Amino acid sequence: MNANLPAWVQIGHLSDIPRQGARCISAGGVRIGIFRTADDEIHALEDKCPHRQGPLSQGIIHDGCVTCPLHNWVISLRSGEAQGADEGSVKTYPVRLDGETILLDLGSLR
Amino acid sequence: MRQKEKLVVIGNGMTPGRMLEHLFELDPDAYEVTIFNAEPRVNYDRIMLSPVLSGEKKFEEIVIHGDGWYIERGIMLYKGHRIVEIDRVAKTVTADTGQTAPYDKLVIATGSSPFMIPVPGNDLAGVLTYRDLDDVNAMLLAAQARSRAVVIGGGLLGLEAAVGLKMQGMDVTVVHLMDTLMERQLDAAAGFLLRRELEARDINFVTGANTKAILGDKKVTGVELADGTVIDCSLVVMAVGIRPNTGLAKQAGLTVNRGIVADSGLTTSDPDILALGECVEVDGQCYGLVAPLYEMARIAASRLTGDASPSFAHTDTPTKLKVTGVDLFSLGEIADGDDRDEIVLRDAAAGIYKRLIIENNRIIGAVLYGDTTDGAWFNDLKKKQTDISDMRDTLIFGQAYQAGDAMDPLAAVAALPDDAEICGCNGVCKSKITGKITEQGLTTLDEVRAHTKASSSCGTCTGLVEQLMALSLGDAYNPDAVTPMCSCTSLGHSDVRRLIKAKQLKTIPAVMQTLEWQTSTGCAKCRPALNYYLIADWPDEYADDYQSRFINERVHANIQKDGTYSVVPRMWGGQTSSGQLRAIADVVDKYNIPAVKVTGGQRIDMLGITKEDLPAVWADLGKAGFVSGHAYAKGLRTVKTCVGTDWCRFGTQDSTGLGVRLEKFMWGSWTPAKVKLAVSGCPRNCSEATCKDVGVVCVDSGFEIHFAGAAGLDIKATEVLGLVKSEDQALEHIVALVQMYREQGHYLERIYKWARRVGYDEVRAQILDNDEKRKAYFDRFVFSQKFAQTDPWDERVSGKDKHEFVPMTAIKLEAAE
Repeated sequence: MNANLPAWVQIGHLSDIPRQGARCISAGGVRIGIFRTADDEIHALEDKCPHRQGPLSQGIIHDGCVTCPLHNWVISLRSGEAQGADEGSVKTYPVRLDGETILLDLGSLR
Repeated sequence: MRQKEKLVVIGNGMTPGRMLEHLFELDPDAYEVTIFNAEPRVNYDRIMLSPVLSGEKKFEEIVIHGDGWYIERGIMLYKGHRIVEIDRVAKTVTADTGQTAPYDKLVIATGSSPFMIPVPGNDLAGVLTYRDLDDVNAMLLAAQARSRAVVIGGGLLGLEAAVGLKMQGMDVTVVHLMDTLMERQLDAAAGFLLRRELEARDINFVTGANTKAILGDKKVTGVELADGTVIDCSLVVMAVGIRPNTGLAKQAGLTVNRGIVADSGLTTSDPDILALGECVEVDGQCYGLVAPLYEMARIAASRLTGDASPSFAHTDTPTKLKVTGVDLFSLGEIADGDDRDEIVLRDAAAGIYKRLIIENNRIIGAVLYGDTTDGAWFNDLKKKQTDISDMRDTLIFGQAYQAGDAMDPLAAVAALPDDAEICGCNGVCKSKITGKITEQGLTTLDEVRAHTKASSSCGTCTGLVEQLMALSLGDAYNPDAVTPMCSCTSLGHSDVRRLIKAKQLKTIPAVMQTLEWQTSTGCAKCRPALNYYLIADWPDEYADDYQSRFINERVHANIQKDGTYSVVPRMWGGQTSSGQLRAIADVVDKYNIPAVKVTGGQRIDMLGITKEDLPAVWADLGKAGFVSGHAYAKGLRTVKTCVGTDWCRFGTQDSTGLGVRLEKFMWGSWTPAKVKLAVSGCPRNCSEATCKDVGVVCVDSGFEIHFAGAAGLDIKATEVLGLVKSEDQALEHIVALVQMYREQGHYLERIYKWARRVGYDEVRAQILDNDEKRKAYFDRFVFSQKFAQTDPWDERVSGKDKHEFVPMTAIKLEAAE
């Protein structure tokens, strides 16, 4: 099977995640945070803040970003880039919504 | 690591304090520092004693280095120990308390003492000087009698004392030897204007008057002047001048003249002993103004860290008078002279008098009364000896007029050269301030004070600093702006709380919509605050929005740096039992929890629990009767107690019982910031009630209620609310006070900061003195507890918020292939 062919797999439903909340999935030893914004967009970031590896999935979600619970770095859910004066970025994973189901592209994990 | 040398400092005033600041900036590990302070207190801003005397400021507000400052730098500060002997051979110092300390380097900063004129009766009770906080406290005490006071000495200190005592309600007369007040700084005209201004505040003056005797046998009853007139009074303040304290140095055999003789490196005749401040004499000059003293501090610190390049040189320092309401500026030579001429401007209506003393076309002196904005410019021209002949006829109007165009308030400060000195106390020039403002993006005056020290000492240059901020920030700088809650709004916490009530806003989206939040969904700063304000104002109507809570309050456990959590069960009043301890031990073993710790709040903390294990851990703890200790909450944390009458031979009340009762009554409540309580069974105060948000010190006659203490970032003793007779009253007062705080506090504002903001007396007025108000606060707290007092752990054991504790899925990569 060709590694980079997208392999979408179902990881859950929109209703599994509270609005402006996040849930984690583990995939091949990597912990990934699945975030749901106020207007029901879904994003996926590795659950490790670029600053001190804090669990971004536990942070407060606002304006398409999440504020890391450990030291308040603000990370864009879309790009994984640190905002403001902080420098660094975290790996993002392609996810998409098919109706109510959340799909993750496994290809990105290899 | 090289062995630290021992540095002993005699005296803890502003100059040695500033020297230590520089020393720790230059080389923090150079010395092990010990300070002996004859005064029993930390370093405070002596210039700001006048506002304390007049009641405009409290002592805490003029402290420069709090206790924490010394502890952080490992400095040993002996308070109330007066050094009586320096042994230069053994290189040790000895205090009157018998305490001795060895030194490798010694700094003498014994300051100066007020000069007592040698007249009979100058040692009577009621004759005070005006030098330190003890003097101010004595004067405040005497002022309560509202009788008459005589101030001997019409110089800077005497006038400030007179105005302070007047504002305290005393009838004040100033007796001055010379005809002109502050004759060393002012000329006759300015002296007259100053006298007229102070007389308008009905302070009486007798000038050209020599004091012959102070009357009274044990207590002062009056002052007799040389011409025989007698002014009866019950308080005399001697403010005729100061004398360098050189006794100690003389006794140690150092060369002493009027002051302790020191070279330009502030080193005395003993190479290992430096001297600085008001006690020292350099090139025959003694100094009393902050600017040269802070210059000495900077140079001494460099010398102590081996840098011998800076040396102290005399420069004329302008005097600024800080008698509230009167602006005065005096510089250099002001006496008339045949080879001198002058330019004078008088504006009788505006009460302005300006005089420049000119010698061969250069400014050598200046006296400004009523309008001192151009002081810095004239000082700059004098320092640079600029030839003023071509601007001679507009010079007196000040810098802004030189170009002759319309008066732009910022033009004056804009035209100032970069190296013009703005803050004399700290030697901060214009470019340093504007540079820091742009470099660090400073927007408030406090930030500029913190970063540059400008306007952080006597404060008379605050106007200039604010003009510089307006110059650098344009209209982005709004001096009376309220600091906004966060970048999503321009409203401050108080406005938002008031509007939530006034406009009956009951959900976060409603608040954001009505108050026009600039972001769609707020941020990590405002959302938790709004969530709290809505819970506090509408306990029965508002549904807690968990996603707006910080993770700890959402999950009811403390997140650790590795993403695991810590769990602290509640232990009522710090009491536990073998059963409880066994249950904890079992849970620790069962879930192999890596760390178990006794906490500062008299409880046990289990650290390193994975999020997934939390509900199971809580279930086991719940079976043993434990509930959540809210160790993560902006709410009631602990009620520390000592064993009181249960066991202790000194116990006056059942402190444990009251502590448990308080904790059982108040647990579960949400507050603007964490609330810590303690109940001590007697004034020995073993549970440290006097540094808690709210504390109780039990005494025989009842319960002394304390509030607004702090023992974290800041160390602050509590204020006393009052004494109540019964346990029920103690509970009612404490609950009411916490409810008042719940309704008025800004989010993350601890009780001690809230209480200082609204005023300790206001809290006493509403809680101690006003029974209906207290009852109303008490009832509102009870009402909100109906909704708040459910154990969050128990709820989650029975399934609430299950999604928090269970990962969504786990996918195996191999399986998907």
